[in-house]
Amino acid sequence: MGSIRFDHVDKVFGPNTGGIKALEDINLKIGEKEFVAIVGPSGCGKTTCLRMVAGFDAPSAGVVSVSGKPVTAPGPDRAVVFQQFALFPWKTVRENIELGLRNKNLPAGERADLVANALKLMNLESHAAAFPHQLSGGMQQRVAIARAYVLDPEVLLMDEPFGALDAQTRVVMQEELVRLARVNPRTVLFITHAVEEAVYLADRVAIMTRRPGRIKEVLDIRAIRQAENWDKHPRIEDVMDLESFVHLRTQIWKSLREEKGANVI
Amino acid sequence: MNGAPLSFRETVAWGTLGVVLFVGLWTLLTASGIVPRQFLPTPLDVIQRMLHLMTSPFAGATLPQHLASSFQRYAVGVLLAALVGVPLGLLMGWFRLLDDIVTPIFDGLRFIAPIAWVPFAALWFGTGIGGPVMIIFAGAFPPCLINAYRGARFVEPRLIEAARMLGTGNTRTILEILLPAATPSIVSGLRVSAGLGWQSLVGAELIVAAAGVGFMMVQAQANVATPTVMAGMIAIGIVGMIIDVLLRQGEGWLRRRRGLEA
Repeated sequence: MGSIRFDHVDKVFGPNTGGIKALEDINLKIGEKEFVAIVGPSGCGKTTCLRMVAGFDAPSAGVVSVSGKPVTAPGPDRAVVFQQFALFPWKTVRENIELGLRNKNLPAGERADLVANALKLMNLESHAAAFPHQLSGGMQQRVAIARAYVLDPEVLLMDEPFGALDAQTRVVMQEELVRLARVNPRTVLFITHAVEEAVYLADRVAIMTRRPGRIKEVLDIRAIRQAENWDKHPRIEDVMDLESFVHLRTQIWKSLREEKGANVI
Repeated sequence: MNGAPLSFRETVAWGTLGVVLFVGLWTLLTASGIVPRQFLPTPLDVIQRMLHLMTSPFAGATLPQHLASSFQRYAVGVLLAALVGVPLGLLMGWFRLLDDIVTPIFDGLRFIAPIAWVPFAALWFGTGIGGPVMIIFAGAFPPCLINAYRGARFVEPRLIEAARMLGTGNTRTILEILLPAATPSIVSGLRVSAGLGWQSLVGAELIVAAAGVGFMMVQAQANVATPTVMAGMIAIGIVGMIIDVLLRQGEGWLRRRRGLEA
């Protein structure tokens, strides 16, 4: 349960009007409770990969499956955290988090417990009655993460979740996510164009080429992270100073740079 | 818009000037004899006639009584248009098949002026309440439907995706996502509907045999009582303005409230 698999996946946009090949022969397996980040230049189709797992887009060829079953439509077993939060502006924080549970027809008492846990997990307890526009971007994204986590999904899909946040908030959220992953490990597919973020958060980092996007290489970070004791450092900046971190980051940077004209931040 | 924004007092002053110029020109044309009085009554004739009609009946009722029966028909017609148009528009905004089925018919029908329905309205629903209500409905219905449809159709796509990934069913999506997202558009539509419904009134009352401002005007026309016809026109204009101002206030209040919430 909770694995993701791309099997020879192609994606062509507008196949009836000439067509732009966005993805070509994507093959990737993400194991249960594994955290995989996809990095790549803008427009390489990394978000499209996530959208196919979510069921928002369908592959033009090949199969995307979750826990062995091909994806056909969106569903609460694959919770999505969007870059632009996508909270319902007319619902309070509590109502936003509770919607997915109501859709599962859980009894009110059980829902209240689960929402309370999710609020606590994301340090949102004092904002339960607030509307999204009353919260900062970082707080809004906490709500979106709580809304996804509360569903107890098989896989968590995060589409540049911190891309819209300022640098300081971003760092706090990254640390938060690491904490969350320790308390409550999940299968995560994480899309980003920030190399540091990918190296800091992921077990494995998949590097994509420019359009048509292909998976160029996949780096396993776990061995180095363990050997160098990254997890002993509570702060992201301490990890980023480690030689092992810098080395990996540079390696990925170089790989992305080889993509001619690539526009990497 | 060209020109600096004006203060409230300036706006009132310029507005008054417009009215004074209009009435002045009207007086000049009629009092000087350039236009015969049977063609165009003087403003004074009309005002006197209006005051007279406030208390003395014409065609069976005083002007306020005529207005009251008109308003009743109007309210029923607009309410029905909203009750049918808004839900249908939301459903069309969500279910593609319904959109494909209804849109071609609706796009044709909505260009038929409400008054064109008069013969069939009388035939199908009679000249009591049914026929006139149908004509007002015909006038008020399209903006209700169009605005609810557009509001639902152009909801931020991310919100729809968020709702779908949370496993939200059709009914709940329509009620809890599309409806609140479309509310500003729906409210604007209701305001336009209220105006168009009131405009359709005279046409609606061409076929009424009892009371109503339109009925009063038709009776006056038969008697060549031009000041009475003009008094009816002015009454329709004033009530229409009042309806619009009240609804504008309502809309503004709703927007401010949403501004705090959304």
